[in-house]
Amino acid sequence: MGKLKNIVYNCREATYLIEKKLIGKITLREKIQLQIHFYGCSVCKLFNRQSNMINSMVKQLLVNHEPVDIKLDDDFKNTMQHRIDDTLNKS
Amino acid sequence: MLPHQTINPHQWVKNHADYLYSYTLSRISDEEQARDLVQETFLAALERLDKFEGKSTERTWLTAILKNKIVDVYRKNSSGLKAPSVNKEVHDMQEFFWEDGHWREEHQPREFSIEHHDPFHAKEFNKVLQKCMQKLPPLWLAIFTMKHMDDAPTSAICSELKVSDSNFWVIIHRTKVNLRACLQKNWI
Repeated sequence: MGKLKNIVYNCREATYLIEKKLIGKITLREKIQLQIHFYGCSVCKLFNRQSNMINSMVKQLLVNHEPVDIKLDDDFKNTMQHRIDDTLNKS
Repeated sequence: MLPHQTINPHQWVKNHADYLYSYTLSRISDEEQARDLVQETFLAALERLDKFEGKSTERTWLTAILKNKIVDVYRKNSSGLKAPSVNKEVHDMQEFFWEDGHWREEHQPREFSIEHHDPFHAKEFNKVLQKCMQKLPPLWLAIFTMKHMDDAPTSAICSELKVSDSNFWVIIHRTKVNLRACLQKNWI
């Protein structure tokens, strides 16, 4: 049971399990340990919620990356298209 | 069956350059390097025009080529002198936690000023998020991005970047603790 105690009172271990659970797998035993930890630790419970939110924001950053007003400047684009055209003409 | 997709390099820059550029910038912070990658992608694509089978759209095909180039950059950045050792990374965790595993009080998570995923503020959020991500060491950013943005299998990332499975999880954990702290600090 030493290991159980380790996680129940250890926020570093608990947050590690939170991350592992979010994108991978943790064992049933670890899930129970984590629940017990949450029961006594509101800080890690908050961490869990925020970490979930961050993951969905990161996903959203990917999905919505198109409308961001990042554009290449025209000079660079023109030069690039010229290079492409030149290469095409050579072949 | 999908209609056969066509390819027209004479319109590539006009049709795809901005898209590919912003795709790159959400994964690599260096603008100069991002521009180069877009250009290299087009040139590499030209060399293998005959490999385009028309099964995907032109854009999907170009993006796949770009993605491989980005992974190459990750691999380069995260190996060699630039990369901090994992031991150092584990050690750094002491900044956030006491030796017994409890949060240091000054680093305990607090409520964000905005907890909801509010589409109205999405742009602002994304800016802060990107800024915080760009502060991560290259190897962490590589692992984090490959996992979260592209949903690559863990084993593939580990072999691609030559990290062990256990180091992978150590870095994922460390990254999130840092990222969360950075977001809290910057979302005032």
